[in-house]
Amino acid sequence: MVNQRKLLHGIVAGLGLMVAAGPLSAAEGLSDGKVKIGVLSDMSGVYKSLEGPGAVVAAKMAVADFGGKVLGKPIEIVSADHQNKPDIGASTAREWIDAKQVDMITALDNSSVALAVQGLASEKKVITMDAGAGTTALTEDQCAPYGIHYVYDTHALPVGTATAVVKNGGKKWFFITADYAFGHSLQENTAAVVKNLGGSVVGNVNAPLGTTDFSSYLLQAQSSGADVIGLANAGQDTVNAIKQANQFRIVQSGQKLAGMLVFITDIQSMGLDIAQGLQFTTAFVWNQDDEAEKWSRRYYEQQGAMPTMVQAGVYSAVTNYLKAIDAVGTDDADAVRKQLGEMELNDMFVKGGKILANGLMLHDMYLVEAKKPDESTEEWDLLRVISKIPAEQAYIPLSESKCPLLK
Amino acid sequence: MSMQVILAQALLGLNVGVFYAMLSLGLAVIFGLLNIINFAHGAMYMLGAFVALIGYSLLDDWFGISLQIGFWASLIVAPLFVGVLGIIIERTMLKRLYELDHIYGLLLTFGITLILQGLFSNYFNISGTPYSGQPESLSGVVNLGFMYFPTYRLFAIVFSIVVCFATWFVIEHTRLGSRLRAGVENSALTQAFGLNVPLMITLTFGFGCALAGLAGVLAAPIYSVSPLMGADLIIVVFAVVVIGGMGSIMGAILTGLALGLVEGITKVVYPPAANTVIFFLMVLVLLFRPAGLFGKER
Repeated sequence: MVNQRKLLHGIVAGLGLMVAAGPLSAAEGLSDGKVKIGVLSDMSGVYKSLEGPGAVVAAKMAVADFGGKVLGKPIEIVSADHQNKPDIGASTAREWIDAKQVDMITALDNSSVALAVQGLASEKKVITMDAGAGTTALTEDQCAPYGIHYVYDTHALPVGTATAVVKNGGKKWFFITADYAFGHSLQENTAAVVKNLGGSVVGNVNAPLGTTDFSSYLLQAQSSGADVIGLANAGQDTVNAIKQANQFRIVQSGQKLAGMLVFITDIQSMGLDIAQGLQFTTAFVWNQDDEAEKWSRRYYEQQGAMPTMVQAGVYSAVTNYLKAIDAVGTDDADAVRKQLGEMELNDMFVKGGKILANGLMLHDMYLVEAKKPDESTEEWDLLRVISKIPAEQAYIPLSESKCPLLK
Repeated sequence: MSMQVILAQALLGLNVGVFYAMLSLGLAVIFGLLNIINFAHGAMYMLGAFVALIGYSLLDDWFGISLQIGFWASLIVAPLFVGVLGIIIERTMLKRLYELDHIYGLLLTFGITLILQGLFSNYFNISGTPYSGQPESLSGVVNLGFMYFPTYRLFAIVFSIVVCFATWFVIEHTRLGSRLRAGVENSALTQAFGLNVPLMITLTFGFGCALAGLAGVLAAPIYSVSPLMGADLIIVVFAVVVIGGMGSIMGAILTGLALGLVEGITKVVYPPAANTVIFFLMVLVLLFRPAGLFGKER
């Protein structure tokens, strides 16, 4: 009994530790007379590879490429780990804004953290340029006057992917959905696209976030008789599901897989043997054109991996934020936000991008496909662009937006 | 629900269960003998998988050694490596803490976990890296009548069960095992009989870690080899240990297998509860049988 009780004490203490383990990197001290940009991201958890430290590298590259100064004042980057916890994200943001005069916060993967920080920052008149989160709520019912959603959302992702799959004959869908807000909203938006095109949803299963063994759900999907298994999840969940579908010969026996949110790091994680032929929607492919490739190779030298669309988006967001400050001659949030809304955004990430009144950055997306192993010429040469999805098709039009700011 | 579906899900549950069993077995052995709550156990599992991965595909890139350690060799090399690392940790750090409260050992092993995870997440994709060393002979699927099941997973189930029961046999039915158990029961008296208890402790810790490493190698072809793969699993495994109780080796094995089955069935009946059902059972067991299902009140 003594042992048992001590063990229990120990385990409880240990679990407490896991929950309380502090931020890995903390903001440094700052002074006035600078433009300060905060990169708030998951630096140690499941989204680390798709945003995390790579986003800090991208932000620093943007500052260096801008010359390190704007309006003759130095630009400084601070970064912190939000650990995928909205309360930690919000309290870090509050400290940055109140005590450290941070002028703009970017990165912000994880929809729950993004919503918390965007709301708080806008109350305090600080611009957020979200690159990593997916939820459309950021520009719809929870839109904010200084909040900008930059890279992709759960409306834009299924438009390209689901349309392509249904047009290729994938009419009957079964969803394996990550059981939280992001997964549900992704499934709902995808199902709407499928039904619009005359398809149907024959079933779904809500799998807990962080499931390691998807085989049980895959077999349920298999016996449902669906043509397509839609994966309304992200990151490691998607990778595990696709990998295990391969083990159970699901694709070989005639069903198609459709990943709704896939990053290039996921494809690298699966390997082309397994990923080949997988179609998905993205905002950026590192070798989509010469300009993107040139930038990405510079990024690679520093980070040892090619950028995801989110990391490239952080570079673009920081660059355009600095351009706006330069244009209006102040870092006042109202003036800068107004200028951002009037500029046309053009760089290695976006062509002809516009930031709408609800904060949505309207830009083209790409339908891509994972290459066959023998088509790939180097480690990160993984994707082929199939078609461009025009911005107006991909995103919710301003006229249909439910953002209260527009009323 | 048809019999076919239940059988299929049960087999998949067993597949998860063997990993629970192997890991909780290692934890139970270590706790039984050393009274150490080894929070680094998940990291050892992760390390086992990474040793297999690095041995198979990165030795040349990283160290310039043109050698490839295949899957079968990894089944020996990785546990050895992890076991030796365990021994080094025990000799240089843990043994200084035996006189102190449990919490110190826990803090130390938890710190080791954070260091190992941080280290690997600097060099590897957090979503996982593919392990392509799965042998050809195990790459197909087997028709079991009620389902097609990947050959490799079947192999992993059988292999793990054999390892678990072999460990149980050694501890419960051999001379070596009886000495170990004597050391647990009363280390001073056992030492008085001329047995080298500190050495036994060191080797046992190494063995427990090696079991985790072995589980890691077995997991590599099925799941993603990722820096967080151990952290995902270890919490559940601790729950398994609490449910099973510390009293018996067999308890750890059987509870691991049974809870894998329970989880497997939950995935069909009510999927959203799949990752909480084990903790729910843990609460019930603690309420009604605090020493665990197989534990003896001491």
